[in-house]
Amino acid sequence: MTNTAALQRYRTMRRIRSFEERVGELFLKGQSAGSMLHLSIGEEAVVGMTDAMRPGDTFTTHHRGHGVFLGRGADPARMMAEIAGKEDGYCRGKGGSMHIADRALGHLGANAIVGGGIPHVVGAGISCRNAGSGQISVAFFGDGAMSQGILYESMNMAALWRLPVIFCCINNQYGMGTRVDRSAGHCDFPARAEAFGLNAARADGADVEAVHDAAGALTKAARQGRPGYLEIDAYRFFGHARMDKSPYRTPEEEAGGRARDPLGTARARLAAEGIASEADLGGIDGDAAAEMDLALAHAIAATPPALSSMFEDVYAPGTPFPRPQADRLRAILSEGARA
Amino acid sequence: MIETTCREAIRQALVDAMTADPSVILIGEEVGIYGGAYGVTKGLIDLFGADRVIDAPISESAIVGAAVGAAMTGLRPVAELMYVDFIGMTMDQLANQAAKSRYMFGGQIGVPMVLRTQGGTGRSAAAQHSQSLEAWVFHTPGLRLVMPATVNDAYHLLRQSLTQPDPVVFIEHKGLYTMKGALDVATPDGAWGQPVVRRQGGDLVILTYSRMLHEALAAAGQLAAQGVEACVIDLRCLNPLDEAPLIEAVKRTGRAMVVTEAAVTGSVASDIAARLSEVCFDWLEEPILRLGGEDIPIPVSPALEKGSIPSADLIRDAALWLVLRKAPPWAA
Repeated sequence: MTNTAALQRYRTMRRIRSFEERVGELFLKGQSAGSMLHLSIGEEAVVGMTDAMRPGDTFTTHHRGHGVFLGRGADPARMMAEIAGKEDGYCRGKGGSMHIADRALGHLGANAIVGGGIPHVVGAGISCRNAGSGQISVAFFGDGAMSQGILYESMNMAALWRLPVIFCCINNQYGMGTRVDRSAGHCDFPARAEAFGLNAARADGADVEAVHDAAGALTKAARQGRPGYLEIDAYRFFGHARMDKSPYRTPEEEAGGRARDPLGTARARLAAEGIASEADLGGIDGDAAAEMDLALAHAIAATPPALSSMFEDVYAPGTPFPRPQADRLRAILSEGARA
Repeated sequence: MIETTCREAIRQALVDAMTADPSVILIGEEVGIYGGAYGVTKGLIDLFGADRVIDAPISESAIVGAAVGAAMTGLRPVAELMYVDFIGMTMDQLANQAAKSRYMFGGQIGVPMVLRTQGGTGRSAAAQHSQSLEAWVFHTPGLRLVMPATVNDAYHLLRQSLTQPDPVVFIEHKGLYTMKGALDVATPDGAWGQPVVRRQGGDLVILTYSRMLHEALAAAGQLAAQGVEACVIDLRCLNPLDEAPLIEAVKRTGRAMVVTEAAVTGSVASDIAARLSEVCFDWLEEPILRLGGEDIPIPVSPALEKGSIPSADLIRDAALWLVLRKAPPWAA
């Protein structure tokens, strides 16, 4: 690892945490579009994977994907605006937290169906392979998706067709309120991937550099047509969504999980190795907080979409579109409509 | 103009589309070396190679999901679902992913794919290989839906589907693959989204699509012998569907029925009948009739299977009631 890159990864992780904290504030202020907000605090070491990707690589995420998207270069102001359901959000306020996407940054979409976005990287991988582009496509998902059949259909296809694809499981130990050892009879998930013929690795989610090392090896192989699986062993610091008070786990367990903090680990190492001083790190933290304060303020001030936009983008512009109900009723109810 | 079969017309459409556009790929079970369960893709793997004609494992959900991802990233995939009955395996990828991506992502990411499949009765294939499930697709905003009934439409509607920016579900009828008809590759029967009048007549309108078109035309022939002239309209595209010509025809005759092979409850036919009833109410002489499949699973016995869907005789009887108020003996 280069010192600059490691420091940059810390900066990205800090920005993710600050962003997620502002998402919490947005909700508490009553400004979020709904309460379906799934924070990725504790999972920031995913930056080790996003940092191993290149411009032009594509990816899909799950419902807890804010961190992944920020890791790939998202503009936090437009993200926050989308989470608030505003017109200048990434998806014009149509998708929100769970359906954010940006074609320009290779984000093919966050998905609120567990496992729903996984097969899309198989198709994206066919595109990369057929074009000989050298690019890869990465599916990010949680441990909950390890119980979905579509994952295994997709792994099999990736291995069979030697696609430039990575399956990246961010194992935060919980599918909603069910701990992973209550949903899997055998929790050695890399072994499942290996059984399909994938390169597989598990990395410590408290150590972004360990994740980055594993991701580097897997992405290099994937670019040469050897698909892989990476599991990031993390801990979900907070509840499943905003309304979840985590009755299914003890405060002691949470304390232990939160002690495995990827930001704490990175900070300690950067300081110990003399890469950054406390002042440098404090500056990064302050910058991230200020940036995300602005993103939050932007989202709150931003304009909601016009009501008429609800009919846009069901189909492509210039093609027949859904008829508003009022138009249909007018054609029936108006005087001119009678014989 | 050549005489050929629906199967050959569809195959020719794929060959022509793949030749014209290198981004078109096929992905599905047995589409390559086997040549398709009904022989539609025979030889295409030899013409276009295994990178473009992709034999997939039996994973319907991931086949459609992979097509979605390929479509998002610049390819124009034709995913093949061997039987429409398997659509349940794919419904998340079709209805939650393909259909909603453009909308959820604010118009950034379209999914220009075609899902080719086939359905319908006629081969005693029983309850899981004979259904007409177009209503499941019809009910989902974001999907286009096409069901050809003629050889020329089999070719042209598939070519047109492969120019659409949004996902198209293209449902063939297993009973039509061997049907012969005229193919004119230069001239479509009609524009995308436009119904086509297959027979003129001033006494009533029969609206239908897919294989039931041929039952309706046979019924119209019987009716003509009794002095009743039926206008038969082939809907072809169920979404988009230009309703204006349908409304015009129903207002002109005041009598109409919608015929489908699908189980009638919650069917496309039911919805079209409702729409036309709303806007044509003052012009109707009789209620708009719906003739459809019985609300039962498809039985395997040929006698039961045939009896479970509308026939030319049933259409004729219903038409005689609409026009002459002449009830058939079984309804008296």
